Amino acid sequence: MEIFLQQTINAVALGGTYALLALGLAIIFSIMGMINFAHGELMTITGYALLYCGLSGVPFIISVPLAILAAILAAMLMERVAFRLVRNSSAATMLVTSFAVATILQTIFQNFISKRSKPVDLPEIFSESIMVGDFIIGVNKLLSIGTTIAMLIFLNWFFKHTKVGVAMRAAAEDFPVARLMGVRANAVITGAFALSGMLAGVAAVLWVSQRASVDPLMGFVPVLKAFIAAILGGLGSLSGAVAGGFLLGFIEIYLTAFLPESFNAFKEPIGLALVVMVLLWRPNGLIPAAGINSTKV
Amino acid sequence: MSLLSVSQLSVCYGAVEAAVDVNMTVGRGELVALLGANGAGKSSVLNSIVGLVPVAKGTVEFESETISHMATELLVRKGITLCPEGRRIFATLTVAENLQLGAYGRAKKNGVAESYERVLSLFPILKSREKQLAGTLSGGQQQMLAIGRALMIDPKMLLLDEPSLGLAPQFVETIFDLIITLRDQGITILLVEQNVAMSLDIIDRGYVMSSGRIVAEGTAEQLKSSNIIEQAYLGS
Repeated sequence: MEIFLQQTINAVALGGTYALLALGLAIIFSIMGMINFAHGELMTITGYALLYCGLSGVPFIISVPLAILAAILAAMLMERVAFRLVRNSSAATMLVTSFAVATILQTIFQNFISKRSKPVDLPEIFSESIMVGDFIIGVNKLLSIGTTIAMLIFLNWFFKHTKVGVAMRAAAEDFPVARLMGVRANAVITGAFALSGMLAGVAAVLWVSQRASVDPLMGFVPVLKAFIAAILGGLGSLSGAVAGGFLLGFIEIYLTAFLPESFNAFKEPIGLALVVMVLLWRPNGLIPAAGINSTKV
Repeated sequence: MSLLSVSQLSVCYGAVEAAVDVNMTVGRGELVALLGANGAGKSSVLNSIVGLVPVAKGTVEFESETISHMATELLVRKGITLCPEGRRIFATLTVAENLQLGAYGRAKKNGVAESYERVLSLFPILKSREKQLAGTLSGGQQQMLAIGRALMIDPKMLLLDEPSLGLAPQFVETIFDLIITLRDQGITILLVEQNVAMSLDIIDRGYVMSSGRIVAEGTAEQLKSSNIIEQAYLGS
């Protein structure tokens, strides 16, 4: 029982990080119809920003917002330089463009920073743990869960109670009509990238806080997982992305914890088989997007 | 002096010409209809006026200003808007959010609350459903919401694309009554309708399109007494 609770906390922490990443992908997909594989490089940028802030003696509490800001600016820059040019192209063109952006950035990190993993200095508190009742919880896990909850509350408020947030939801459902209402396409898309950059940045801080290192390919695996989570939840659906992220986190952690040792090598395929089974049951995902067939921009 | 003037407008989708050499004017305060069979190019003309479809050739002027290549999202600030075919309300937003979004690009921000009240008094049914998701409304209610949303910019000119399409007969009456009310309030209206008989009863003037071209124009009386509309619909 104790192990189960312990692993549940791990699952919520990991699932929350996946959820934030999947949300970033879903926001861009819902508005532009693009799957942004360069989302992972936003994470890597955040990681390096944390690294260099640490190396130049900036206190961690200040380097975190700076690193997230770096991700936001990088996301907006990506949109301006690369994605705006292919905005009205086919989904395949946009997908390949995002792969290109990802590859270019990875190459830059490998050649101008380091091919190898670099350690990131974290404050002591991240490796401490606290006793709650009978079991021990890592502070980094608690921070992860708390941050995820805070981000979800913030996003819920943003999309329901700000003018821009409502405009984004409208644009996701029917972009031409949103433009008829005076919603500027460029503003909404830039805003969406800023938001997804922020989510990637926050997720990256959580990711680094569990591993204390950064490497040029750091963002690849978590974003691949987030992509699976986004599809699991219903591509383009925001609540679906959250549901998919948590479900995937639970599947991964429980399989790692409770699968017999001899099955350990098959952990990933078993996890993906479960995902496929969910999709057989609900082909459009757990919570399908409303504007799934809508025209973009 | 016309409020909207379209001259030699052509609209193309790839190699297909949806509208060719369209000339039309709508005077301030007028209620003008653009009639014609399915696929005649009526919606293409409306969509190109508001910039949702690019103008291939020709010009569109609104209040003597050329708007043919202006971005859709900037046009609402000029006071011209389109209530699109098929209602296209935001189903996942509440009724109130749909209406508030209607005022997003409005030039004068003061007066939004008044417009909101005005729309709700035009459509009392929407008031009781403010917090409901728009997707849960009936077809007729969705059409009211779509028109209400367009009214939120306090438009000088309203383009209405097939407002009665697919509605139950009692709603069709309501929508036509509403169009008269809006005209009486001073809103200039360009109406695209498949219900020709009812349209001819309320409009000042009409244009008839066939295969992308304007084939006739005239006052409601002139159009009623000629057989040009039947010809346009039968494709002869």
